[in-house]
Amino acid sequence: MELDVVELSRLQFAMTALYHFLFVPLTLGLSIIVALMETVYVMTNRPIWRQMTKFWGTLFGINFAIGVATGITMEFQFGMNWSYYSHYVGDIFGAPLAIEGLMAFFMEATFVGLFFFGWDKLSKVGHLTVTWLVAIGSNFSALWILIANGWMQNPVGAEFNPVSMRMEMTSFFDVVFNEVAQAKFVHTVSAGYVTASVFVLGVSAWYLLKGRHIELARRSITIAASFGLASALSVVVLGDESGYAATHSQKMKLAAIEGMWHTELAPASFTAIGFPDMEARETHYAIHIPWMMGLIGTRSLTEEIPGIAELVENAEARIKSGIIAYDALEQIRELRDDAPADVRQQFEDHSADLGFAYLLKRYVDDPRTATEKQIALASNDTVPTVWPLFWGFRIMVALGFSFIALMAYFFYRANWKGMTFPRPMLRLAVWMIPAPWIAAELGWFVAEFGRQPWTVDGVLPTVMSVSHLSVADLAITLAGFVTFYSVLFVIEMSLMVKFIRKGPYMDVPETDVWMAKHEHRLRTHDGNVPGANVTPAE
Amino acid sequence: MILHELIDFEILRVIWWLLLGVLLIGFALTDGFDMGVGALLPFVAKTDLERRQTINTVGPVWEGNQVWFVLGGGAIFAAWPPLYAVSFSGFYLAMFVVLAALILRPVGFKYRSKRESATWRNGWDWALFVGGAVPVLIFGVAVGNVLVGVPFHLTPELLSMYDGPFYSKFFGLLNPFSLLAGVVSLSMLLQHGSAWLALKADGMVETRARNYGPMFGYIAAAGFALAGIWLAVGIDGYAIVSAVVTDGPSNPLLSEVERGGSWLDAYSTRPWIAIAPVLGFVGILMAARSMAGHSDVAPLLWSKLGIFGVISTVGLTMFPFILPSTVDPNSSLTVWDSSSSHLTLFVMLICTLIFMPLILAYTAWVYRVLWGKVTQDDIADNSETVY
Repeated sequence: MELDVVELSRLQFAMTALYHFLFVPLTLGLSIIVALMETVYVMTNRPIWRQMTKFWGTLFGINFAIGVATGITMEFQFGMNWSYYSHYVGDIFGAPLAIEGLMAFFMEATFVGLFFFGWDKLSKVGHLTVTWLVAIGSNFSALWILIANGWMQNPVGAEFNPVSMRMEMTSFFDVVFNEVAQAKFVHTVSAGYVTASVFVLGVSAWYLLKGRHIELARRSITIAASFGLASALSVVVLGDESGYAATHSQKMKLAAIEGMWHTELAPASFTAIGFPDMEARETHYAIHIPWMMGLIGTRSLTEEIPGIAELVENAEARIKSGIIAYDALEQIRELRDDAPADVRQQFEDHSADLGFAYLLKRYVDDPRTATEKQIALASNDTVPTVWPLFWGFRIMVALGFSFIALMAYFFYRANWKGMTFPRPMLRLAVWMIPAPWIAAELGWFVAEFGRQPWTVDGVLPTVMSVSHLSVADLAITLAGFVTFYSVLFVIEMSLMVKFIRKGPYMDVPETDVWMAKHEHRLRTHDGNVPGANVTPAE
Repeated sequence: MILHELIDFEILRVIWWLLLGVLLIGFALTDGFDMGVGALLPFVAKTDLERRQTINTVGPVWEGNQVWFVLGGGAIFAAWPPLYAVSFSGFYLAMFVVLAALILRPVGFKYRSKRESATWRNGWDWALFVGGAVPVLIFGVAVGNVLVGVPFHLTPELLSMYDGPFYSKFFGLLNPFSLLAGVVSLSMLLQHGSAWLALKADGMVETRARNYGPMFGYIAAAGFALAGIWLAVGIDGYAIVSAVVTDGPSNPLLSEVERGGSWLDAYSTRPWIAIAPVLGFVGILMAARSMAGHSDVAPLLWSKLGIFGVISTVGLTMFPFILPSTVDPNSSLTVWDSSSSHLTLFVMLICTLIFMPLILAYTAWVYRVLWGKVTQDDIADNSETVY
């Protein structure tokens, strides 16, 4: 396999996936926030909530369009660039993708048209139902995509079929209720909710700083901070759940994230900061927090978490076992039905390690002829590059905690300080807008880069997964995607900014009844009551 | 799970072959008309208001329609993984062109009317033209190539190797027969788009659509007939020559296939399939004829029948072949050797039986809510909210 093709295919997948994932989190969260706003509108009949629904809905629409467009690339890219992967695991991996279309994407895409065009054609409750169906559809989409992705991380409910030369599903239930998939789903959608909350908070803060659309902005902050606080807490807690799940299924990824080179006595310490060194297998200038890693990873004080060195030894043993499986497989394929029972038994016993034999394909065509040195090299390949994982993870977690603080602060001000917000904090909220995107992209990176050298952990190495393509093919499509996506990004951003600057179509005052009822709560320190009608639309 | 044994593997394969057809036809019937409308846009609508009227006839529904395409891709992945792996990597550059064109559509619809500039709007109008015309043309060309056969072979490990220089993954597809198939596809869906506009637009847009529509219909019918003659005299068919195992594991290399004879031999062994091309001709020609009349609905219904007939013709003619190989016929993919496993097909069937009726029900409801013509007054009144 040409290594350049593998690297270029990876680059293209990473680029298109990261790009797609710029739009997905906002869709996930904003759909729910808009639905919450419209629910308030339908329950209270206050026009300001209808205006908020429409305004944030417009921004949702701009984001949604490009999210859908770039999602199409993802759906087809497996077949285009990862043809052997598609053949090898399509029997399992294809199913959740198709169900995503059937159950979720169809619903979200069919109703999103009515969300924008149905205001005059539907009753209030009818339109609200449509909005919720869009939100639920988007979130179910994420569920099935993450079931597919979870299977790549923790391939359960499948076994290898020597005749069709691929993995085949043995239990749909196991695939769906894969603990990694479930943990990933809740972590990812929570991250989406945080992203949208920070976005709504930041844009509203900008309006307050400019003294525009004050009523819309204050109510939007209230919604964003409440929803955002709950989500920011859950994203951290459920991220921890992902870590716990990884302890069982992806020990190497966990060890790499922690820069844990050697197995420590339980409970292991957590390296807060340090500089991992692949060559020396050591983390320089490390600051350790005792016990913490053991508690996060195993939730016990006695269970050990294996270090990288031990996992490499483990991989070496599995490669050797994989060679036995490979040998048996070759005989079975040659003799077909005449293959003797002991060869079949040999394959049964070692087939779980078949993927490890494939790691040798990078060095030798027939793994059975591999030398000890090649086996050692292949074992070492099971260690992903540590420092990007180590740092990526830490930045993501730090950002995660910063969102809790930000949301908690605004939640407090919105509910106990009469919706008044100090200007420096408003400025901070504006500056924080890009932060959740950084955290989300790093999260994707840690999950996917940490799985290397595998596309499906322990089953299929990345180098074997690609299509039979030439560098020229990939150069053309990669250049095409980069150019095309860059132009789209500029257009998207310019429209977002334009519509944020423009603000809502028209300002709607809060009802007098509501203002009178809440006057005491809205009074500021200097005794002024911020009026509802003071800000004219631009 | 033992439950899946309730339905034979063989029957599941045939069901999924039918469902593949249902999805492709569903895609052509729904997304087909909005792609057709996109391709017609610069010609049926001249003023900005007319263009907005045209775009807004499909504005609320194109997104749902497009899911037929995405779901088609997902279902091929889930039910026919070898087909997904071989065809998408083999048609690599063509697929890229399709993707690029399809990405233009969502952004085109959403962004076009968000700025006043005439250059901006005109640019997006042409993007919508490309996003409609190019995929439809390429899909037709791809179907033509499937009938001719594709130069790929499978290694013993079932890695798909495309034989030929890299540029042939686009230019290699452009053989004369396949280009004819592309013309049939494009003209058929241009007529479909015209029929949609006859139903949903009024004024000059409707008049122009009704004027152009029949022309596309006649081109499609003539092209379809020509393709049939071409298949009879100029193109080899394929046949499985080893014993046919219909319920074995999916490995295309286990069966022997020969190239020779004609695809049209199927019409002597299974004469009943002639109904498909007949429906194709009747539908297309009746659509063209009724376009000149006053009925709003008739052209669209006839056009749907025509598309159903044409796509069914391809499937039924080739059965059990899905993707034949020119360079190594034994690698050809058939219904019997390129499906998912018994369990996966069963699980996916259950999911489809649950969700497909729901999809059809709520899609029907949405179209009912949106029933009625989109007029220029509607656009002017809701200028801020519509596309």
